[in-house]
Amino acid sequence: MPPHAVAPAPAGSRRPELRRVLAANANLLRLLAITVAIFVVMSLLRPELFFTWGNFSSMAFQFPEFAILSLAMMLAMLTGGIDLSVIGLMNLSAILAALVLGALAPAAAGTGTVLGVIALAICVAVATGAAGGLLNGLCIAHLGIPPILATLGTGLMFTGIAIVITNGYALLGFPAEFSVIGNGSIAWIPVPLLIFAALAVLVALLLNRTAFGLRLYLMGTNPMAARFAGIDNAGLTVRTYLLSGTLAAIAGVVLMSRANSAKADYGTSYLLLSILIAVLGGINPYGGFGRVGGLVLAVLALQFLSSGFNMLQFSNFAKEFIWGVLLLVVMVVNGMKFGRPARPAGAESPTNQNRE
Amino acid sequence: MRSLLTRNETLVALIILAFCAMTAAVDPRFLSVTTLTDLIRNGIVIGMFAIGVMLVLVSGGIDVSFTAVAAFSMYSATKLMVAWGVGDQMLVAFLVSALLGLTLGLVNAVFIGWLGLPTLIVTLGTLTAFRGFLLTFVGSQLITNVPPGMRAFSRSMLFRGTTADGAFFALPTAVLFLVGAVLVTWFILNRTMLGRSIVAMGGSREAAARVGVNVRAIQFFVYGYVGVLSGLAGIVHASLARVANPFDLVGLELSVIAAVVLGGARLTGGHGTITGTLLGVALIVLINNSLIMLGIPSTWQNVVIGFLILLGTGVPAWQARRRAAAAA
Repeated sequence: MPPHAVAPAPAGSRRPELRRVLAANANLLRLLAITVAIFVVMSLLRPELFFTWGNFSSMAFQFPEFAILSLAMMLAMLTGGIDLSVIGLMNLSAILAALVLGALAPAAAGTGTVLGVIALAICVAVATGAAGGLLNGLCIAHLGIPPILATLGTGLMFTGIAIVITNGYALLGFPAEFSVIGNGSIAWIPVPLLIFAALAVLVALLLNRTAFGLRLYLMGTNPMAARFAGIDNAGLTVRTYLLSGTLAAIAGVVLMSRANSAKADYGTSYLLLSILIAVLGGINPYGGFGRVGGLVLAVLALQFLSSGFNMLQFSNFAKEFIWGVLLLVVMVVNGMKFGRPARPAGAESPTNQNRE
Repeated sequence: MRSLLTRNETLVALIILAFCAMTAAVDPRFLSVTTLTDLIRNGIVIGMFAIGVMLVLVSGGIDVSFTAVAAFSMYSATKLMVAWGVGDQMLVAFLVSALLGLTLGLVNAVFIGWLGLPTLIVTLGTLTAFRGFLLTFVGSQLITNVPPGMRAFSRSMLFRGTTADGAFFALPTAVLFLVGAVLVTWFILNRTMLGRSIVAMGGSREAAARVGVNVRAIQFFVYGYVGVLSGLAGIVHASLARVANPFDLVGLELSVIAAVVLGGARLTGGHGTITGTLLGVALIVLINNSLIMLGIPSTWQNVVIGFLILLGTGVPAWQARRRAAAAA
């Protein structure tokens, strides 16, 4: 039996509890060691390219987009579900924000209202993300559609609407002030990195310091027990997917600002990447386990690997191959710890579980 | 009667009929043998994929890697045909492609059946790994000059003719592969212990194991079988298109899963029929090819398919929930 699945220790014996804490930290420590090892190896292999200020700065601009998406994926996975619609929602939110900018920014150019227009565009994007996430949550928790299919369907719809709006073309031409979000720096620290750091801290606080987080972990671990403990599983699921959608929209705003354009098929490779990061970071795809700290380490490890491979002149296809293999290897290593083979694959929906 | 009305198959058949009636009203040329044979031709590869995916869903899993398996097998088999100088031996192409598909399918099975990892994430990983391996180590150049055997296969027709108003129609021999896949899978599912074990495992893995089903062996069979079907579908696709494109097919998986799910197969396992799957495929092929005849721009394809997935999975799930609430 895996250490963290041990039933509450009988009074007087604190050892299982101690082991559980150690095991959780061992996981983080091992991930930290892997991340540091990748960093050291890449620095040794390409000291003139990798271990430079320019590279660090470039990496800090690259990873926040998919790191924010990974936060979204993590929240969905904590419920025992998955969110396959994040990419579609990210692009749809960015495109709607781009429409607002395109319609209002030229008139506001040169006046003080341009910041207001940008704020409005961001609000539109975030509202789109929240609405899309709400739709996901309602389909999963109230209609009882398995998360994979619900988010597959909504994801196709979000992408589809984005294609209908743009006819498949990129939307371009945003005010210069907008590009600060994706390309600017405050006191040498890239703005996208600051945005990711703020979101990561917020999500960590939400998960570890609020009743919402405690309930979410409990529902993900055992939906039946959570229900009998009086937790509103359906409401909790809806709110979690709403948050996941909102995070996807924020990733969309960052991506759109950095690319200075919005398009229906941006970032399609981020879906696998965000699942890979979540799994690498120790988020259990069956729900209930995983910390933001692990996720952040996984993001760094993958960014170091990705930049290093670029410097070693690996092709994109070779990287794709390595990401796939890495996902499988990490699953195998983690599976030794948190596999729950008694539960049928595919029946991950917590709300399905407890109604049957 | 009530069960007949609420079944997914009936719903999908009604949608298909309504779609055809509307299209025929807008454009009477829609109702012709040419349209029918074109749609069947376009449905061969998706249909073969869908049969495989249906079997995986029935067994309680999900597979998204089949398109990468097909692209890998198809491209490698074509390359081997050229390298070995057996360009006119179509049998070699089918055997090699099926064998490669089987191998890759068994790779999935090792992770899923033997190590017991979640099927969606495993097959997402193998999808990327297979495709990355193909493009890095096998090749990333189109083979436009396909071997003569494949050209001959693409030209061979079951029947061909001309309609009264001068339109050509023809049904390629390749459709026999779809027919074969349907017959073999139907036989396995409905007439063998193996098939009943697959359904039982999808319904409840634990219960199936308790009554003596070798769950692990069944999973190896299911993913291996899907691999073979994908390999064959890949080589059929390359033959019909007369080009072996390593970038092809990947990206089709969501449409195929949509077709299967519309046909009534459930992600929770234990449910799924051949008839439903074929109806689902028919609907998806209709949407992909004939939406434009209804005056709806093809940019709406994704929206329509996404909406149908939500409708096709939401209605039965909601009904099941209401029944459960009424029973409680």
